[in-house]
Amino acid sequence: MSILSADNLSVRLGDKAVLEAVGAVFAPGLVTAVVGPNGAGKSTLLDCLAALRKPDAGRVTLDERALGDLPPRERARRIAYLPQNAEIAWAVDGRTFVGLGRTPYVGAWGLTAQDCAAVDRALTVTGVQAFADRVVSTLSGGERARVLIARALAGDPQWLLADEPLAGLDPGHVLDACALFRRLADEEGRGVILTLHDLDAALRVADRVIVLAEGRVLADAAPAEALSPAVLKAAYGVEARTLDGLCGPVLEMVGRAR
Amino acid sequence: MKTLPRPLIMAGLLALIVALSVASMSAGRVWVPWSEWASQRGDPAWAILFELRLPRTVLALMVGAVLGLTGAALQGYTRNPLADPGMLGVSTMAALGAVLTFYLGAAASAPWVLPGAAMIGAGVGVLLLLALAGATSSVVTFILAGVVIQTMAGAGVALALNLAPNPWAVNEIVNWLMGSLADRSLVELKLAAPGMVLGCLLLMTQGRTLDALTLGEAGARSLGVRLDIGRLMLALGAALAVGSAVSVTGSIGFVGLIVPHLLRPLIGARPGGLLLPSALGGAALVLAADILVRLTPSAAEIKLGVAMAALGGPFFLALLIGMRRKLA
Repeated sequence: MSILSADNLSVRLGDKAVLEAVGAVFAPGLVTAVVGPNGAGKSTLLDCLAALRKPDAGRVTLDERALGDLPPRERARRIAYLPQNAEIAWAVDGRTFVGLGRTPYVGAWGLTAQDCAAVDRALTVTGVQAFADRVVSTLSGGERARVLIARALAGDPQWLLADEPLAGLDPGHVLDACALFRRLADEEGRGVILTLHDLDAALRVADRVIVLAEGRVLADAAPAEALSPAVLKAAYGVEARTLDGLCGPVLEMVGRAR
Repeated sequence: MKTLPRPLIMAGLLALIVALSVASMSAGRVWVPWSEWASQRGDPAWAILFELRLPRTVLALMVGAVLGLTGAALQGYTRNPLADPGMLGVSTMAALGAVLTFYLGAAASAPWVLPGAAMIGAGVGVLLLLALAGATSSVVTFILAGVVIQTMAGAGVALALNLAPNPWAVNEIVNWLMGSLADRSLVELKLAAPGMVLGCLLLMTQGRTLDALTLGEAGARSLGVRLDIGRLMLALGAALAVGSAVSVTGSIGFVGLIVPHLLRPLIGARPGGLLLPSALGGAALVLAADILVRLTPSAAEIKLGVAMAALGGPFFLALLIGMRRKLA
């Protein structure tokens, strides 16, 4: 079983500590949501886990090997990363775009039949076959979000790290994306780590929630427990209460904490 | 956006190049038809074909390929369709090196002095670029460094014109800056060819990096792409190729800018897939323009750089208007 682990991570930007002694161990087959106020260090934690940023102290290991010691291509085959506000520079069609996810596999001669099969699989799993021949930048936000996820899945990674994948999506597409992340964890056994602002989505999709505030872990537990009124007050400065909804707990924001 | 099959486009471009090459060997002040190509050494036709037109044709193809390929690579790297081979400042540095030989009156002393000085200029440009941008990690600082070098070298060229010792030096400098393939011999071809070939090979290895950059820098790095190596290869490749090309032809603008734009609608926008077709397209475009320049019935031959800008500008505008309609 593959284990992704962050030990005692600290990251500084100038004099500001962005992460301070953050530790967490991730297991496959689970969806973990990292939440916290703006500037809490969520994206920085995800960058460290994806080896895009080297922590100033501490280390990230994949199956007890330091992430920095893995060759970049091998690392990229095992960990897929979806940046926030993902950029799509050129007017490429969906299939070509998803094919970019095969980059850690392709050699000098382009995509092989095996690569193309993986691309088709990713298009099918995310339900975006219909967009294979359409230019990605002309798709709507919800459609594009799924094509982006398909790109990340094309490399058949054990780990999917997504930075704010639900930002800007309407409620319908949020539900679709949540269902997709659940399926990736439950049926395909991938480890999914998301940073989220939408706490109700975190309650719905995650097996586990990590609450960050000012670079420290404030809570790390099952969603209802991690998003308790006390933690939310400390993290966001809001008065909140948990209600029993039809499909699980729902948060009500009462107001600013005094 | 329906693109054509890639082999079809490559075959079409190659056929175009072959046809243009035949035309280029035949056309000029003196028409040398196909039937006289087998003439003996010593014939006037032989001299025209193999001492004048063959080097000129090969040079046109190589310079065009360099400009088209570098344009495509830099547009892919910067993710900016406005990028062109001049933007790294290397061609302006090469021009500065060449201009200094005119300024010092050394250009006429031997045929290799001018291209040699231009190559030294280009080399200094590359070293400056790598020193300024080598330590940084983003595309923006890399481009800014290039723009700064370009501006400084441009100021140097202007200063040489400003302080020129005599009107003939000014005349020679201005003439060279306009860019031309006229009267280039095997000497120039031999000087420039190794750099152009090596530079193009370096650029061709970076297709996968450029493709991955479609996802932005973070996206590309997360796919295991080494952007630091990619940047080094692109800088070295572009500098070697463009520096060598500029050192024998002077500055020829526009090719690197428009060729990728012409090909994108035909074969798709994936930057790595655009590299080789852009090299072929650039070769065809420069050779076609050079044939046109040779056939123009004017007292002095129109400079290739001037013709390229004069013809390319309106054509590109028309293309832009067409694209705008399609987008609107």
